[in-house]
Amino acid sequence: MPTWAWIVIGAVALLVGAGILIHNRLVALRTRVDNGWSQIDVQLRRRYDLIPNLVETVKGYATHERELFEKVTEARARAIDAKAMPDQASAENMITAGLRQLLAVAEAYPDLKANQNFLALQEELSGTESKIAYSRQFYNDQVMRLNTLIGSFPSNLLARTFDFSMREFFDIEDPARGPATVEFP
Amino acid sequence: MYEQIAANKRKTVVLIVAAILLLGAVGYVIGMFYASGPVGLVGAVALAIVMSLVSYFSGDKIVLASTRARPVTAQEQPRLHNIVEGLSIAAGIPKPKVYVIPERALNAFATGRSPEHSSVAVTEGLLEAMNRVELEGVIGHELAHVVDRDILVGTIVATLIGAVVLISEFFMRSWWWGGGRRSGGGRDSGGGASAIVFAVGLVLLVLAPIFGQLVRLAVSRNREYLADAQGALLTRYPPGLASALRKIAEGAVIPMRSANNATAHLWMNQPSRIEGEGMGSMEKLFSTHPPIAERIRRLEEM
Repeated sequence: MPTWAWIVIGAVALLVGAGILIHNRLVALRTRVDNGWSQIDVQLRRRYDLIPNLVETVKGYATHERELFEKVTEARARAIDAKAMPDQASAENMITAGLRQLLAVAEAYPDLKANQNFLALQEELSGTESKIAYSRQFYNDQVMRLNTLIGSFPSNLLARTFDFSMREFFDIEDPARGPATVEFP
Repeated sequence: MYEQIAANKRKTVVLIVAAILLLGAVGYVIGMFYASGPVGLVGAVALAIVMSLVSYFSGDKIVLASTRARPVTAQEQPRLHNIVEGLSIAAGIPKPKVYVIPERALNAFATGRSPEHSSVAVTEGLLEAMNRVELEGVIGHELAHVVDRDILVGTIVATLIGAVVLISEFFMRSWWWGGGRRSGGGRDSGGGASAIVFAVGLVLLVLAPIFGQLVRLAVSRNREYLADAQGALLTRYPPGLASALRKIAEGAVIPMRSANNATAHLWMNQPSRIEGEGMGSMEKLFSTHPPIAERIRRLEEM
């Protein structure tokens, strides 16, 4: 074979190799994004599970806060039933706000604050709150990397051919997104 | 990050090869005096290979045992477990095993060979002194070491080179306290053997500073700054770690009983067996950490 044929074969092999690498990178990132998404779900579900326990415990001490209990319980039900993303997001935000209020109210009841069960629940809750925040953070980090790869040359050519689409960031409406734990030291 | 991982894997290979060559050389020299043929060389290389395998696969267990760390359950330490789990989610790695070290000093380390086989250990003193945000800062720093595979190099260094350093300390001390004096009177009880012990000790003593230098090369100070930065990227809150480091600096006067030169580089902050500010001369030789004030300054600038 003449030299030019070898050069062409070499160039094609290089291109195919680079294409395979980029494709695998896209697949890996997409899997991480999906994983991140289900991780958020896991943590949100853990929070749903904690709410009834917390409400029961606080109820025993803070009898005057009926309205607040109802608000949190209702938000939880709405979040579980939510079909579409915007509905769920607003319900989750209501839960977050309600739980913060609930824990703030608890400050006024010394007996409750000394209750071992309450303290354990409080730790579980702030742990779960920060895990929700961290899983969102992980998800958004991965989305950013995937979107960057899909948007930049030459990986955008492959992304278009193999139908990889950009994902949406998980936006948090809560402006007070510091470390998720500041409220309950 | 990916460059860090690749560099650390390369370093591990270099370390293991260097250890095999060094031990082989020592074995060869001893073999020349002691026996005919390449017995010493073969024995030493075999020993080095076994040591490498052990330190790769069980180095973390050896390190944890040497600090008397004990595993804790989520029921015992809910806060610590929640923080480790949360930050592992943020870092996208499996949750490491969680250990507590019975020490009053404020310190922490991570060990293992990969994120799938990793452990994080903190002292009781640290758990008591830190609030949640500060503890998150510390754990974030340790998880950065896990993600970057610093733990792989750190653990190999601790067990492989550490073993040689400890052997040399043992030889020198046993010569100093026992063999040295005894060989004057009890010449009948194997003078040849004690001469060999002395020779091995001497060779290792000469090598010890070289090993110390190797440790410093392998675990550059830069990687602590890097882990601080990456840890802060995980928690998204640099002041947490800065405040934790300030507390650690204040608590640095508390001595750590389980500290030793082989594991010094693994810790969050340079540990010392000696009460007060000062470090022993051997401890200084193995100093691997940047000044804590500088680390705090860099975090505050983020």
